[in-house]
Order: sequence, then C-alpha cells, then structure tokens
Amino acid sequence: MTPTSSARRRRTMLKAGAGASVAALLLAACADTDSGDGGGGGGQAAERGSYEIDCSKYDEFGDLDGTTVHVYTTIVEPEGTAHQASYEPFTECTGVQIEYEASREQEAQLPVRVRAGNPPDIAIVNQPGLLETLVRQDDAVLPAPAQVEAEVDENFSAEWKEYGTVDGTFYAAPYDANVKSFVWYSPSAFSDAGYEVPETWDELISLSEQIASAGDVKPWCVGVESGAATGWPGTDWIEDVVLRTAGPDVYDQWYQHEIPFNDPQIVEAWDTAGEILKNEDFVNAGLGGVDSIATTAWDGAGYGILDNTCWMHRAANFYQAQWPEGTEVAEDGDVWAFYLPAETTDERPTLVAGPFIAAFTDRPEVQAFQTYLASADWANAKAVATPEGGWVSANQGLDPENLATDFDRLVYETLTDEATVARYDASDLMPSQVGSGTFFTGIVNWLTGQSTQQVLDQIENTWPTS
Amino acid sequence: MSRDVTEPAVVPAGVTSTPAPTARRGLGGRAAKARRRLSNPWASGIAICLAVLWSIPTLGLLVTSFRPELDIRRSGWWTVFGDAAAGEGVFTFRNYETALFGSSTSLADYFINSVVITLPSVLIPISVALLAAYAFAWIDFPGRDWLFIVVFALQIIPIQVTMIPLLTTYVNVGINGSFWPVWLSHSIFALPLAIFLLHNFMKDIPPSLVEAARVDGAGHVKIFFRVVMPLLVPAIAAFGIFQFLWVWNDLLVSLVFAGGTPNVAPLTVRVAEMAGSRGGDWHILSAGAFISMIVPLIVFLSLQRYFVRGLLAGSVKG
Repeated sequence: MTPTSSARRRRTMLKAGAGASVAALLLAACADTDSGDGGGGGGQAAERGSYEIDCSKYDEFGDLDGTTVHVYTTIVEPEGTAHQASYEPFTECTGVQIEYEASREQEAQLPVRVRAGNPPDIAIVNQPGLLETLVRQDDAVLPAPAQVEAEVDENFSAEWKEYGTVDGTFYAAPYDANVKSFVWYSPSAFSDAGYEVPETWDELISLSEQIASAGDVKPWCVGVESGAATGWPGTDWIEDVVLRTAGPDVYDQWYQHEIPFNDPQIVEAWDTAGEILKNEDFVNAGLGGVDSIATTAWDGAGYGILDNTCWMHRAANFYQAQWPEGTEVAEDGDVWAFYLPAETTDERPTLVAGPFIAAFTDRPEVQAFQTYLASADWANAKAVATPEGGWVSANQGLDPENLATDFDRLVYETLTDEATVARYDASDLMPSQVGSGTFFTGIVNWLTGQSTQQVLDQIENTWPTS
Repeated sequence: MSRDVTEPAVVPAGVTSTPAPTARRGLGGRAAKARRRLSNPWASGIAICLAVLWSIPTLGLLVTSFRPELDIRRSGWWTVFGDAAAGEGVFTFRNYETALFGSSTSLADYFINSVVITLPSVLIPISVALLAAYAFAWIDFPGRDWLFIVVFALQIIPIQVTMIPLLTTYVNVGINGSFWPVWLSHSIFALPLAIFLLHNFMKDIPPSLVEAARVDGAGHVKIFFRVVMPLLVPAIAAFGIFQFLWVWNDLLVSLVFAGGTPNVAPLTVRVAEMAGSRGGDWHILSAGAFISMIVPLIVFLSLQRYFVRGLLAGSVKG
C-alpha cells in the first residue's frame, strides 16, 4: 500500500468516525456519563474506526452499568492504546468501564500482588509457565466460566485451548498470537540476484551457500542480545529447528522433560542450527563473526537487509514493528518474510507464542469481559482498532479483511492453515530456571565457543528435580 | 540564610578547640599538610580522570537522546562528532517531543504525582526522626542504648523482604490504591538511617549548651526548638536532599505500592514504560530519562553544599 492511499483511507475513516463521535456525544449528554472519559474515547474511535458487536450476548450477566473491571497487562504505549480502543465496543454495550494498567514489570509484580491479596480482576499473562505457577503455587487463578470455554471451543483450535489448561482444568483463553517461524528478506534484492525463496531446509542451506560463495556479503544476520533476557532469540532458533529435525512429538517430550535436555535428538537439532549459526561463512552478515551474535541487539539485527549487508534474518512476525519508519513491508516491497522451511514441503511445523487471559475474581462484569475477550467480536474489534498493524490472533472467527496489513494476513493464514502444526514456544513452557535462565545463558555460551554437548549437559544439570 | 546556618555550626568546633592553643597550631599544620597533599597535581589528575570516566555514559545518553532513531540503532553515539564535523545534520528534538507529548496521558500528570509522592515522603521521616533522635541523644530513659542498637540494626533489612507483608497490611487496612502506601513505605524505609544520622549530629552538640538552657528553665520542647533545631539545619538539609533524590528516582517502591495506574504512578514508572512493550524504543527512553533528571539536578546543584557538610557532620565522628 502506498503512503498516499493509506492517508486517504485514514481521512475517510476520520469522516466516518466524526459522525460516530457526534452520536456518541449526544448519547453521552443523555446518559450523563463521565464526560472526560467519553470525550477521549470518542477521539480515539474516530481515528481508528470502530466495530459493531452484538450486545445481546452479555444480557445474561445482568445489568452491569457503572461497574469497573481492572486489567493488568505488559502492553504499554504506544501498542496499549489500540488495546484500550478495542475494549470500547464492550463498554458501549454494557456500561462497564475498563481500567487498563500496563507495566513492563508486570511479570514480576503480578505474583507480588497476588500473594499480598491484591490481585487485578484480569491479568494478561505472557507465559503459560507463569499461569501454571499462579495456579499451582498460589491457587489464585479462577477456572474459566462456561461461557468463556464455549467461546474458546468455537473459536480456537484444541492446541491453543490446551496451552491455557493446567492439570486438566481450563483457566485462560488465548489473547494475541505470534508466529515465530519466519525469515525476513528483501524481495527486490532476491529477484535482482535471481534467488528463489527456499521451500525445504536443504534448499535453504544451498541458498545460503550460493549467497556465501557469490560475493563478500554473508547470507545471515543474527542478534540475540536483549538486556536481561539476552539469548531468547537464540532459543527460538533452536526450538524451530527441533520442530523440524526431531518433530513435534519429540518437541513435546523435550519441554515436558520426558526426554532429557541433552537427548541425542536435541543435540542433533542444535548442531543443525549450528550449521547456520556457528558457520563463519554464513554469519554474521555486516556485524562481525559468530561471537558478535551474542552482543548484537535482536531488534536492530535485521537492519542489514535494508542496507544490502545481509540477506536473511529469522525473526517472529512482531519484527514487523521493528523496521524503521518508512520501510515498506510488502511482497514486492523493501522487506517481506517467508516461512522458515521444514525438511519437506508437506510438513508445516510452526513455532507460536502468545499471552493468555487469567481472571482472579468472578464478579459478573469480569466474566462478561472475559467472554468478550475470547469472542470473535473482540478479535475483529481489535483488528479494526489497530490501523498500524502488527497484531494477529489465533481466533478462527477473525475476518482477515479486518487486519491492517498484508503481512498480518500472511501470519493469520499461517496460523489457521490446516497443514500447520503449531507448537508453543518451549522456553516459555519449561520451568523458569531453565526456560528463562540456563537456556538463555546456554545460547550465549554456545555462540561464544562452547560445544553443543557441553552446553546441553550444563542445561540438563540445572533442570529442577522435583 | 547561609550565615544563620554557618555561624552556629562553627560554635561547637570553636568551643572544643579553644582550651588548647597547641592543638590549634597542630590543626593548622595538619590543614596545611592536607591542602598540600590534596593539591598534588597527580591527585588532581586522577580525580579529573575518574570524573571524566564516570560522566562518559551519561554524556553518551545525552547525545543519544538527541539522535534520530535509525542512527541510534545503526551506529554508536560517539560517531556524531565526526558526522557533525563533516557538516551533516545529525541531531533532532523528536525524541523529546515523543517523550513529552507522544502518550495519551500527559507527562505533566506524572510530574505532579512525583511531587505529591516525594514531598510527604521527605517530610514525614525527617519530622519523626528529629524527635526520635532528640530522645535518643538527650533524654535518659531505661533501655535507651539497646533500643538505639535495634533501630540502627534495622538498616540492614533489605526492603525487598518487606514488600509482600507490607502490601498485605495495606490491603487489609484498606488504603491500597492511594498515595498513603507509598508515603508510609518510603518513611518506614528511611527512618533507621535518618534517626542514626540525626542522632550522631545531635550528640555533637556540646552538652554545656543543652545544660545551660536547662539551667535557664527550658524544658525539652523549648530546648528542641530553640537550641537544637537551629544547629541541625545543615544535617536536616543534607538528609532531606538524600531522601528527596532517593524517593524521586525510586521505581521499585512505587511500582509495588502505587502500581502503574496514571492517577498515582510517578514519573519513574512512566519513564520505565517508555522503552516500549518489547524494549526496543530506547530513543524515547533516553529523552525521558533526561526530562525526569531535571528536577533532581536542580535540587542537588542548589543544595549540594549542605549535602556534603551535613553528611560529614553527622557521620565522621569519634
């Protein structure tokens, strides 16, 4: 989409929204609600466009007008604004005010509040592991009400429901979805050089060799530095390769520790990943040698694609938001992404992740809001409220037309494709000592010289025994 | 103002040194020696080196905050000097614009919250600690030394340990979600050090002064306000600055006890959020950091002489 057409579209939206906000003002005057909130909300809706939902769904929860639901998330501004806007159709239907609190420290603060007896009504929990802790150790999360479960059964695949289930009880509906199995590249550079998008792992390796031998530019750029969480982009790499070389079943056994972390099949997967990540001929394009991977920030690592100093960068769909302003993300634009190929074209193992909606109280307005968030209505409202794109849900009721960008539609297709075998990010499912501890540091050690066996033995030794 | 403060502070020093003229000569000799030693060019050189090394990261952050987002990601901040010399426009105010006006809640609200949190969190511990320190220094009651040791020892308790029990208490009492938990928590955490510092300073006041006042018929209240308080101004100012900087820059206590809702969250909570959901927006963060730094810088620079003098007066003592 060209910049002018998007500007034009926004202007027509503004017109449509202006009408809506006049109506909203009239309503507000009649209903005598808090004028400050109403005004602000109207302004936002005008820019984003709004989505009509069926209000009758929430009648069974009784009269909720004037109540408040407190939501605690990690999604801060600027992304948070779109989330707040997506709650407005619910507020218009029921009169429930949503108090949105976002903090980057939420993962640490949430257990503190829960243990102090001061939990939020609803928390958007980023990791199934944290959900499990809150359920098992603190006994704080309430099982999802029947209405929520019905929505999830209707809208989500069984795999996604399973991630929100702990010990056989369904607790939390999925919120957003991310797909991690993408390789970013420059379509124009590929076509100029006559390279084809690879469809199998072997093609990927031979393409890498072809690029490496063709010129002085190495094929891959990689960066795993991310402050205190340094290493996580590397864990995604490994997980993706485990899914491809060992298969989804072994993957499940691996994160559940039914096979040890240093099982030969896992060693093989690391070594396969090492064919790219530890190969001086393939990495680290424009950034240095293999050990520069550990010190390169993940969010800027792919910029070499724009400067023609790098050909390929494996990163999740949310890397879309990291491209500098003005970068055209399109199939024939500056950057685009292809699916990280599997061994054959028939297999489509895909690494996914996403937060979940956990409830700590069971007041009717909280349950009504939970139901709304699990519904197709919310997914569509959220898509419409996010004109800048970069947001996708695994909700099958989401109409792809409502998504803002072509790339989001590609991600959504990948998520809902029949052939796709989705697996949740293993590092988020493992115990945190490993999943966000030694697995991260192991990646760094591995990239800075330790052997695969050595690193995997170390990680296995830190797996909690109980 | 400054004369009122310095004169009484000099009195105790004069009183102790007058009886022995030799001591004064000795003192003068030592001072001269110290001056010689401190003005050693090597020592000055090392001090300047340390100061420069210490300031480089801050300078880097300052330069970064004026650079466009893409440049920040592509090259180090030190490259701007070469680029600027080559005549390229490399600086921008956009980061500051985004940090100030880019969010749906104005930064001014958080500024006000920070002030509302900071002032009582400084005043409450100072008032309580002054009274406590006076009692420990000048009122003889049974168990005084033991109690003082206990208060002193409370300093070693890490505040992280107290968070969940304290928060539980606030929730049970029903004051959670207001400013009270933050005020009270900051006061609680500050009191042991405040009492210790002010007590040491009070002990420095010659007993003869207090005794003279007592002979003239002054009670504890009068002695406290008329004799002790004027002498304590440097110490109070020093501790006030110390506590002000601590509270203004605090993120942990306000995150736990105030939470992130815009009606109670201070500036630090907002600045921490500026890094973005995935931590990639630190061009905005760098600008936000400098905006939040302005107030403590002004406070510190305008009051720093009290800070050094008061801290030394309270702590360095036989």
